[in-house]
Amino acid sequence: MIDNTKKIAVALAGNPNSGKTTIFNSLTGLRQHVGNYPGVTVEKKEGACRYKGYELNIIDLPGTYSLTAYSTEEVVSRNFIIEQKPDVVVSVIDSSNIERNLYLAVQLMELNVPLVLAFNMSDIARQKGLVFDIEKLSTLLDVKIVQTVGNKNKGIDGLLDVVLQTSGEPAKNLASLINYGSEIENEIIKLQQKFPDSGLSKWTWIKLLEQDADIFKHINNEEIVISVMESILRLKSILGEDPEIIIADKRYGFISGACMECVKSTIESRHNHSDMIDSVVTHKFWGLPIFIGLMYVVFDLTFRFGELPMNGLELLFGWLGRFVAGFWPEGSDNILKSLLVDGIISGVGGVIIFLPNILLLFAAIAILEGTGYMARAAFVTDRFMHKIGLHGKSFIPMLIGFGCSVPAIMACRILENNRNRITTILIMPLMSCGARLTIYALIIPAFFRHELRGPVMWSIYFIGIALAVIMARILRITLLKGETIPYVMELPPYRMPTMKSILLHMWERGWLYLRKAGTVILLLSIILWAAARYPRIETAKLADLNEQDTQTAMLKHSVIGRAGTAIEPLIKPIGFDYKIGTALIGALAAKEVFVAQMGIVYAVTEHDDISVLQQKLSSDYTPLQGFCIMLFCLISAPCVATAAVTRSETGAWKWAVLQFGGLTAMAYIITLIVYQAGRFLGL
Amino acid sequence: MTAQERIFLKDAVDNLKVRLLKIEAGQALKARLAAMGLLPGVQFKIINNGHPGPFVIDFKGSRIVLGRGMAGKVVVKPLES
Ligand SMILES: Nc1nc2c(ncn2[C@@H]2O[C@H](COP(=O)(O)OP(=O)(O)O)[C@@H](O)[C@H]2O)c(=O)[nH]1
Repeated sequence: MIDNTKKIAVALAGNPNSGKTTIFNSLTGLRQHVGNYPGVTVEKKEGACRYKGYELNIIDLPGTYSLTAYSTEEVVSRNFIIEQKPDVVVSVIDSSNIERNLYLAVQLMELNVPLVLAFNMSDIARQKGLVFDIEKLSTLLDVKIVQTVGNKNKGIDGLLDVVLQTSGEPAKNLASLINYGSEIENEIIKLQQKFPDSGLSKWTWIKLLEQDADIFKHINNEEIVISVMESILRLKSILGEDPEIIIADKRYGFISGACMECVKSTIESRHNHSDMIDSVVTHKFWGLPIFIGLMYVVFDLTFRFGELPMNGLELLFGWLGRFVAGFWPEGSDNILKSLLVDGIISGVGGVIIFLPNILLLFAAIAILEGTGYMARAAFVTDRFMHKIGLHGKSFIPMLIGFGCSVPAIMACRILENNRNRITTILIMPLMSCGARLTIYALIIPAFFRHELRGPVMWSIYFIGIALAVIMARILRITLLKGETIPYVMELPPYRMPTMKSILLHMWERGWLYLRKAGTVILLLSIILWAAARYPRIETAKLADLNEQDTQTAMLKHSVIGRAGTAIEPLIKPIGFDYKIGTALIGALAAKEVFVAQMGIVYAVTEHDDISVLQQKLSSDYTPLQGFCIMLFCLISAPCVATAAVTRSETGAWKWAVLQFGGLTAMAYIITLIVYQAGRFLGL
Repeated sequence: MTAQERIFLKDAVDNLKVRLLKIEAGQALKARLAAMGLLPGVQFKIINNGHPGPFVIDFKGSRIVLGRGMAGKVVVKPLES
C-alpha cells in the first residue's frame, strides 16, 4: 500500500558507540541540521533523506542506555518519542554487544512504537564469532531486524526498505512482552482495577513502579500517587529490593533468554588489541604523559596549522577592504565606505578568522572520539579533574582555551553532563587566550626588567588557572550544584574513524558556528564599530591637526571615548585612567584591539615601532599599574565573540551575561586589592 | 576458600573475578548501573583497580569505567577462577 503523504518521520535511538551517528550520516549526508531541544542543552540533530519517492525526516536522538528519568538525555529521547510520535523508530544496536544494546530496544518496544532494529557492527560481531538466527529472534521479539555495517554503508538500503514497510503498518501492542513476575504483575493489575478510568497505559504503571520522577510529575490524582507508593513499599518488603532493580533484572532476564536461543558464540576471545593499547595509554605512569603529549599535538594542530589559512584570510579581507575603499576618493570619510570597510568587511573577517581553528580542532576531536581515545582521556585525567568538580574531559576544552575561547567553548560539546558543560564554559575566559598575549607583549617589556619578564608572564597565566579552578569549585557547589554521582562509562574498543565522519563533523561544527555565533559576533562588532566612530567631530575643529592627532581627537569624541572618560572615577581606584578605560572598552570587540586602541589614544602611528608606545606607557604609569592592566585584561569581560558563543552554546543569554558580569566584577575586585595593596607597600 | 565472602570493590585487586552482591548507593547511580546490566548477581572481572583513579572492569566483554566514588559503595564476592 502506498501512502499519499509520502513524508515519514524516523527517529534513531541507540546506546552510545553503537554507530548511530555513522548511520545517521549515511542516511542524510550533508542534508543535516544541528539544533537544541527546547529548554535543555541537549543537541538535536535532524536530517533529510529521499528514498523511493518518500521524504524521510531523520531525527538522531541522544545516545542512551535506557529510558529512565535520571538523565536529561533519556528524558528528552523518551518525551520526543511519546509526544512527537515518529512514524518509525530505528533502534541502532551494536550487535557485537547484543544484550546490553537490546535493553534499550526492549523499552522502546514496551512503548508500542513502530520499531525496527538495526543490528549494526555486524562485521565485528562476525569477527567475534557471533552467529544470529535473525528470523527466530525477529519472531520472538515481534520486530523486524536488519543487519548493517554503518561505516561501510552496508545494509542501509535494506534498512530503509524495512522502515518504509513498517511505517505503513498498524502499531503493535507489546506492553506485555515481558513478564515481570507475579508480584509486580499483580500490583499492576490491582492498580489498573482500582483506577479503571485513569487512562494510564501499562507502560505508565510500570514507570510509576520504577519511581520515575518525570512520570510522577504528570499524575495529578493524589490517590493514584498514594496507591503507587503503597505498592512500591509492598514490593520492596516482599522482594527485598527496589522494584526498579527487579524490573531491570526481568528485562535483562528476558533478553538473555532470547539471546540464548538465537545467538551462538563460536569463538571465545574479544578485543585483545584494545586491551593491549589500553595497558599502555591508561597506564598508571605512562597514561598521563601520553595524554599530555597528544594534547600538545591537538593544540599545535589547531593553532599552528590554523595560522596559515588565518593569515590568508586576513590578507584576503584586507585586500577586499582596500578594493571596496577604492570606489571612493582617497581620504574620503563617507559613511557608507566606512560602514562597508571598517564595519561589515572587517566584522565578517573577524567572524571567519576563527573558522580555521574551529575546523581543525573539531577534526582532532572527531579523531579522538572516533578512535575511542576520548573515553580513555577522560579516564586518565579524571583523578585530578574530579577534585575541582569537573569531568576529566573538561581538560580538553580548557587546554584549547589557551589558544582561543571561541573554539574552546564549542569543544565543551564533548561533555555530556549539562552542569559540567556550563561550568566549563563559564570559566573558559580565565584560560589566558592567544589574543591576550598581545597585551602582555606590549606591557611586560614596557615595565619589567629582562629577568622579571618570564616570571611576570607565568604569574599571569597561573593566576588565570588558579582562578578557574576556584571558580569551578564554587560554581559546582552553588549555582551548578548537582549530583557528583560517580560516573559509569564504557571504554569502547579502538576503531579506525572514517574520513567521511571526520569531514562531516568539521563541516557541521563550522556551519553551526557561522550560523549561530557568527551572526551575533557580526552584529556586536558593527555596534562597536559605530561606537568608536560616532558621534563625529566637526571637521573644522580638526583642521590644523595631523593625522594621528585627528584620530585621537575623534576617538575621544566618540561613544567609546566618552564612556572611557565617564568610567574614570570608577576605575581610578584600580589604577586606571580614561585612556586605559577607552582602550578597555574598545577591546570588547577583541582583546588584541586593546593594543591598537592604546596606540590611537597615544597618537602613535601604525608605522612606529611598538617600543614608541611602550616608552610612552612607561613614562605615564608605574609597573604596578602595568601589572594591573594585564590582570584586569586577563579576568575581565570576555570579548564579544566569546559572549556570542557562550550564548549560542548554552542556549541562553543569561549565562553569557553572568559570565560577562561575573568576570568583570571579579576582575575589578582582584585588581583593586592588588593595586591598593601594592600602593600600600610602596610599589 | 571462605575467608573472603564479601568485600568492597575498593579492595578488589586486578584480574579478580567477582560477583556483584549489592550496590549501596542512591537511586540514580543504581539505575544507571542497572541500565548497563550491572545488577546484583552478575559477574565481572577487575581489569584495573586504578587507585587512586577510577576502576576498569570487564563485563560481558565490554570495558566499563566505574568512578572511584563507587569503590566503597559496591559490595562484591570474590570468585575462584
Ligand atoms: N566496524 C564497524 N565500525 C563501525 C560500524 N558503525 C560505526 N562504526 C564505527 O564506530 C565508531 C563509533 O561510531 P559512532 O557513529 O560515532 O557511534 P555513536 O556514538 O553511536 O554515534 C566510529 O569510529 C565508526 O566509524 C560498523 O558497522 N562496523
